[in-house]
Amino acid sequence: MMFALVRTNLAATAALALLSALSGNGNPSRAAIITAAFAIVPESATATTTSSPAPETTAKSSSFSPSSYLGNIPMGKPDPILGINESYKSCTDPRKVNVCVGAYRDSSGMPWILPSVKLAERRLLDDPSSNKEYAPIAGDGKYVDLALKFAYGSDGDIVDLSNIAGMQTLSGTGACRVGGHFLSKFVPKPPGLSRVPIYIPSPTWGNHISIFEETNMDVRRYRYYDYGTNRLDYHGLIEDLSNAPDGSVILLHACAHNPTGCDPTMEQWHDISELLLSKGHVVFFDSAYQGFASGDAEMDARALRYFVSRGHKVMLAQSFAKNFGLYGERTGTISVVCSNPNEKMAVLSQLKLIARPMYSSPPIHGSNIVRTVLTDPELTSMYYDNCGEMASRIRSMREKLVNALKEVGSLHDWGHVTEQIGMFAFTGMSADMCDILTAEYSIFLTRDGRISLAGLNDGNIEYVARAIHAVTDGKAITS
Amino acid sequence: MFLRPAAQDLLRRTADIGVLRTTASNLRGARSAVVSTTSTCTPSPRRGFADAASATAVGNTSHWAHFNMAPPDPIIGLNEAYNKDDSPDKVNVGVGAYRCDQGAPYVLPVVREAEKAIIAEGMDHEYSGIAGDPDFVNLALKFVYGDDCAALREKRVAGVQTLSGTGGLRVFGETLATFGHKHIYVPNPTWGNHIPIFTNAGLEVRKYRYYDNDTCSLDFSNLIDDMRAMPEGSCILLHACAHNPTGMDPTVDQWKDISDVALERNLLPFFDSAYQGFASGDARKDAAAVRMFVEEGHNIAVVQSFSKNFGLYGQRVGALSVVAAEPDEASRVLSQLKVHIRPSYSNPPRHGARIVTKILADPEKTNDFVDQCMGMAKRIDGMRYELRQALEGLGSSRSWDHVTSQIGMFAYSGLTKDQVVALREKHHIYCTLDGRISMAGVTSNNVEYIARAIHDVTGGK
Repeated sequence: MMFALVRTNLAATAALALLSALSGNGNPSRAAIITAAFAIVPESATATTTSSPAPETTAKSSSFSPSSYLGNIPMGKPDPILGINESYKSCTDPRKVNVCVGAYRDSSGMPWILPSVKLAERRLLDDPSSNKEYAPIAGDGKYVDLALKFAYGSDGDIVDLSNIAGMQTLSGTGACRVGGHFLSKFVPKPPGLSRVPIYIPSPTWGNHISIFEETNMDVRRYRYYDYGTNRLDYHGLIEDLSNAPDGSVILLHACAHNPTGCDPTMEQWHDISELLLSKGHVVFFDSAYQGFASGDAEMDARALRYFVSRGHKVMLAQSFAKNFGLYGERTGTISVVCSNPNEKMAVLSQLKLIARPMYSSPPIHGSNIVRTVLTDPELTSMYYDNCGEMASRIRSMREKLVNALKEVGSLHDWGHVTEQIGMFAFTGMSADMCDILTAEYSIFLTRDGRISLAGLNDGNIEYVARAIHAVTDGKAITS
Repeated sequence: MFLRPAAQDLLRRTADIGVLRTTASNLRGARSAVVSTTSTCTPSPRRGFADAASATAVGNTSHWAHFNMAPPDPIIGLNEAYNKDDSPDKVNVGVGAYRCDQGAPYVLPVVREAEKAIIAEGMDHEYSGIAGDPDFVNLALKFVYGDDCAALREKRVAGVQTLSGTGGLRVFGETLATFGHKHIYVPNPTWGNHIPIFTNAGLEVRKYRYYDNDTCSLDFSNLIDDMRAMPEGSCILLHACAHNPTGMDPTVDQWKDISDVALERNLLPFFDSAYQGFASGDARKDAAAVRMFVEEGHNIAVVQSFSKNFGLYGQRVGALSVVAAEPDEASRVLSQLKVHIRPSYSNPPRHGARIVTKILADPEKTNDFVDQCMGMAKRIDGMRYELRQALEGLGSSRSWDHVTSQIGMFAYSGLTKDQVVALREKHHIYCTLDGRISMAGVTSNNVEYIARAIHDVTGGK
């Protein structure tokens, strides 16, 4: 079965193609399903696709038209995660399940505004002194202080907070981007290298690679996940980080590794810390799930705080998207642990130089909310409960999924799913299996076998377990 | 066991480096001294003190110790200096943020109402798409191109929500650089941040003549000459209205000439529209240049900011659009804009865009907005008049005509750098070093004070 790909309107194309695949006779070819699901148009699109004739327009279309530069622009690659989300939205199958994007859903499958967040928003609205003025380039100072305290712990415990250069950012993405530019500019290059190397775990959140490539860093991978055992590839990790040139940048997920949910133990963290110190590596923590991973914000910060206590001058990217449910408000921070206030001022000034020509100053709504919550002891306490509630529901879905898989007769060892931490289950399913799940069962997940547990609830968990069993029965979920 | 060697190594080096740590902290920044004492370390590359210092287990010397303080931002750094000043007479006419006549920030009433509605409706905070909220984008595009714009009807305009004007400029700059553009032309002078934005996007920033300092008017014939000299296909940045900082805009006829030359040279007109509605008080009038160029067949790009006109500064609301030849091309351009957005900030902030959507989707709220925006523009015009009156009343022999003939938020006063510094140090009046005064910061309470101060630093000449 061949699909003609029309270049416009990817989502509709994908949906149409999937429906044809589902209703067609016989098994559609895998290639066709995959192509249809992503509607990726090869660069030589003009030769292989149909396109509607250009309508009469008022544009002057001579060969000297300024649009001639536009004429050579191919279709850009759709984002792997957000593209699937869009396919989900346009799918009309009533059984459809979205376990793709890492956004929390309540037990009815609905987005959930944390009660503490809702109260904070009302308070902001009623505050007569509130306005819409520009934040400083580095953002709302009070918010940054509270955010840093949340991550690093109360002042004086582990580190003197006044020595930490912190800046508000566009959530975690923005923090990684700014951090990447900073490191790319200022970390000394190991001899023989023309770019600063950054080591990123294999696998990792897909956008990490794009971000750090944009900042002109030399993106390298270190082994992280053992696909043969569905556990941490600890020896591979140690070997690769030992072999990295001294003074490389090492990206670590602070907790609830995305996508595997597989974190080092505290003991392993201790040893990793010693190794990185001995190599003079620059540590860059990405913290997107603090509070959300175990339900306990202090516990989720243990690795970060340990490293700081051992003297690492870490860089930290912090996101409040998941733990505060503030996804779309783009609320985060970037921070750098410095030796003294002068150094901190210099570092901060350099961070600002990166932010100003990118977006001038950060958006205030999300940071206003976080500041309001964390300034008020009652709201803070409510917040910790809310966060714990989310973590707890996700943990229960994790257990239920594994039980359901057993109940429908799956003989696989799903122990890794129970052991994993955070929002995702890294199932071990192959890309082919995922494609079938999407094509035949309208279950939308990323092709690395990652399921967002937040998308599961009592209403769909059995269906999902049945489907997973169907595609994995008799096949390996390890490689 | 894997780790033993590393741990042993670590212990050995720690002992050797005990002395080194003291040296390092005493000689912070003195690289050569530290490098010479690292000979007992493991054979790792010599990179400077960071190398040796990082081998300590505790009190790891920082990677950043050698940093210089970067210069403060010329505009926003000014704000920070103003905040530190404790003179009761201080005046902030630096940043282009509107103030009411009491000198306070102003949130448009229609904005407050829209916000109340959004929160009452319990809208969630879910991720927007990479390109942002489609309703917002559609309304934003209609706002600048006009409801009756053929290009919009023909669905050949690619549009994305952006982080206000700055974000849109950066995304388009990066996209241009990806597709073969090596340089961009900006007017001289221009908003200061244009230069680092495009430089960081990977473009060489070139300037075209724009303003004649001697006559305080548009340097039109040189502008046209410079355009004629631009390499074919170059991107030219144009301020859609209320040129920042000069307030000097081309006339309709001059825009027509600019359009003709741009077609001749196959230039890519890129409009920065930060003051639509705010410049003249009339949103349609302020978009006249943009609309003319679309009519004339240019495939332009436009960045819109909703910071000033909607007073949404800190919410970072904007849009970037590209007019393509036909819908398919627009789709492809859109996909490439998204490629640059995702590794920058993934998707844009929701709140401010929701406010704009609530307003522009509702005819009554839109009317309220138009009135309130016009109210801001009118107050500024009033202050222009009063400032000029006051200066002339003090007997200044200099012409202050430009204060009332310039358009938009700023008066490009003509003050020299030294005079601006004197204004700051002697009179606690803060404006940028190019003599650009934000009229939005002028009130009936301070206009006389400002006039006297200007009169003083210019010596009445």
